Amino acid sequence: MTEPMRIKAQSGAGQTTVRILMNHEMESGQRKDASGKTIPAWHIQEVSAFWNGKVVMTAQWGPGVSKNPYLQFFIKGGKPGDKIAVTWTDTKGESRSDEAVVS
Amino acid sequence: MNKRRQALKTGLALGAAGTLASLACPPALAYDKAAFEAKSWQDALKALGVGTPKESTEVVFLAPDIAENGAVVPVSASCALPGIKRIIFLVEKNPAPLVAVFNVSDDVLANFSARCKMGQTSMVYAVAVGADAQAWMAKKEVKVTLGGCGG
Repeated sequence: MTEPMRIKAQSGAGQTTVRILMNHEMESGQRKDASGKTIPAWHIQEVSAFWNGKVVMTAQWGPGVSKNPYLQFFIKGGKPGDKIAVTWTDTKGESRSDEAVVS
Repeated sequence: MNKRRQALKTGLALGAAGTLASLACPPALAYDKAAFEAKSWQDALKALGVGTPKESTEVVFLAPDIAENGAVVPVSASCALPGIKRIIFLVEKNPAPLVAVFNVSDDVLANFSARCKMGQTSMVYAVAVGADAQAWMAKKEVKVTLGGCGG
């Protein structure tokens, strides 16, 4: 099961600030469990962001991104009512998309 | 959900093994496994096809001097030079130094903030890549008092 992201998008001064908080373990593959067995890596590896349906940013992440990742970026332009969508895919092939409206 | 169809729609290579999906997508957007498995930050950049970056004040890089918790180290980088295609974060002494690669489109600023894990005190690099794989960087040493990688 994947949990929803929190997306905040705020326009002002000719740009839109997008802040995203994702819910993910981001297991690095370096840690060991109580019995000394390595916990396999499990992390988000691809992220893309859409502005009114158009891809505006993509990212590739390794295991070095923190648990419950935070991401901030800026869209040139944007106005209240515009739609921001974010999709991630992890190393298990699970993916999740969430949407927010620019305020 | 039909993963292949979504991959085509978003133009991204999706899927656990990435096999079918990545074949259907442009290679530039496939997951750069080799780069993320590289053991040094220089090798990671090489695997991404990025030339040796020049240190430049054009790359504005923010990171703390001391990170009390290596599991959550806020980093932020921006570059005002025209035509920046990618912003890359690397932590030199992590087992896998490459942390994140952000692809910049014409619709967004070359300005990203994220949080990374650090196993120990290390130099952290922010690299900005231009159109012809020319690269600029800024670096900063972040002292870690409690590591965030091991267990």
